[in-house]
Amino acid sequence: MEKAIENKDKRMNLFRRIVDLYVDGFRNMTIGKTLWILILIKLFIIFVVLKVLFFPNFLKSNFNNDADRAQHVRNELMHDK
Amino acid sequence: MNDLMSLVDWSRAQFALTAIYHWLFVPLTLGLAVIVGIMETIYYKTRDAKWLGTTKFWMTLFGINFAIGVATGIILEFEFGTNWSNYSWFVGDIFGAPLAVEGIIAFFMESTFIAVMFFGWKKVGPGFHLASTWLTGLGATISAFWILVANSWMQYPVGMKFDPEQMRNVMESFSAVALSPVALNKFFHTVLSGWTLGAVFVIGVSAWFLLKKRNNEMAIRSIKIASWVGLAGIVLTIFTGDGSAKVVSRVQPMKLAAMEGLYHGQCGQSITAFGILNPNKCCTNNENEYLLNISMPKGLSFLATGDPNAFVPGINDLIDGIEITQNGDTVHNVSYADRIALGKQAHEALKAFDTAKKKGDKAAMDIARAAIEKNFQYFGYGYLDSPSEAVPNVPMTFYAFRVMVTLGGYFLLFFVVVLFLVYKKKSILADNKWLQWIAILSIPAVWICSEAGWITAELGRQPWAIEGLMPNKAAISDIPSSSVVLTFFIFAVIFTALLIAELSIMFKQISKRSKENIDNAKI
Repeated sequence: MEKAIENKDKRMNLFRRIVDLYVDGFRNMTIGKTLWILILIKLFIIFVVLKVLFFPNFLKSNFNNDADRAQHVRNELMHDK
Repeated sequence: MNDLMSLVDWSRAQFALTAIYHWLFVPLTLGLAVIVGIMETIYYKTRDAKWLGTTKFWMTLFGINFAIGVATGIILEFEFGTNWSNYSWFVGDIFGAPLAVEGIIAFFMESTFIAVMFFGWKKVGPGFHLASTWLTGLGATISAFWILVANSWMQYPVGMKFDPEQMRNVMESFSAVALSPVALNKFFHTVLSGWTLGAVFVIGVSAWFLLKKRNNEMAIRSIKIASWVGLAGIVLTIFTGDGSAKVVSRVQPMKLAAMEGLYHGQCGQSITAFGILNPNKCCTNNENEYLLNISMPKGLSFLATGDPNAFVPGINDLIDGIEITQNGDTVHNVSYADRIALGKQAHEALKAFDTAKKKGDKAAMDIARAAIEKNFQYFGYGYLDSPSEAVPNVPMTFYAFRVMVTLGGYFLLFFVVVLFLVYKKKSILADNKWLQWIAILSIPAVWICSEAGWITAELGRQPWAIEGLMPNKAAISDIPSSSVVLTFFIFAVIFTALLIAELSIMFKQISKRSKENIDNAKI
């Protein structure tokens, strides 16, 4: 029982140390703050603006299932372009 | 047809733009990771504050590059789904599997260990920190491996079988895909060229420190490490480049012929050391290939096969079906005109399969399936109108190859000279402004060299999205070209802004840190 509690404490300590690593790391950053702002802006543009507005998955958004997608590609590739 | 070509051209331009920008960041990450790892290893062994300061300085520049470059490659995957949907479906899981492995490994290894690398100096022991630094670099390298496996499969499609019912290629051998000779050569050639690029960057920035007379000792220390890494990198890059040429001569002989501007090959074929192509030459006329050609006798035969007297086919020879085999033997293979006919037969068989499928006629489906399989290796040729369509852009491939090779030769000389100076004539390196400026100006040159390598590899395989199986015009989605044009310019703006941001932050950081005493560092 005591050993189980000890192991649990160790796991909690490890988890806490990992969280502290990130929290303290972000808190003490100098140049990193500018970089993180840039990263967040970039990720927002890539995943929210570009992906959602400009880059829908053509086959997923136009066809409901794999059989229809396969049929569309077959139709496309059967006709010489 | 004009609309289709416009769509294909804009989609290619967009992909090229994204890939070229992405490749500005990646090789620096690969190269700096090794150099920073060596520096920290020396610090770990000596516990000398000077090495700690040196490590931390270059680690900061590594972090800036990593932060700006991270996720720029994801956009390429978006483009596959939107602009290249026929391709994305057709390649099935073969292309997706390496990219998925890359995503998992890149995410877990790089994101975990880079946090320890930057946040962990006071939180973890020196050994664990050192391991994290190396594992970050290893993660980036493994990530590069899987991306290059995917790219190599497009150049040399192996390990799969086409299933007309699913209309996609199904993987039969993961090891054949992951360990193909193209993938292995491309991986080593590319990653080692990243070491070269990182080393030139470190030497160039250090030369700027020497020019400004700031932190001279740190600069000399950095140049010593970078020169060894760079010399190892460039020697091995040249060695693996030679291996790549031999593989290309067998699996993509048209690319090799385009790299040389060679239309009619011969035994003991020379290689062009310096040349100007005749812009009017094409595979359907008899004009001279070059306006000026300074060549090395038997050089191409040796480069391509290891035998100085071997036959190397030119563009017209290949169109006529003359190739060299795995053993280096010259054979009369299927001409491109016949390949087009056989490809069209495969298309007809696919149509028969489709008709049979709609009727639910299993026997007819099996017959059609067998007919597709028989000519599937020529499936892509069926989309070509004439053999000349299978010829890549010769001038761009030819000149890009020469830019890469010439600069590669320059960097070999560069590292030898820098190593000699830094160990034997340190005062010349520390005081000679000409040398310092040459080192600084070598920084843009190494990026040009690296990008020229990619241009050679990717333009040389045109018109294929997948070699022999799918040309670009069959790979494209049925979307309006105007949407691709719009996103092309959006990307151009975003990537240019990111590049300006990186350069601006990096220049400021280098300038600011150069005024501090970098050697006086603390954990």
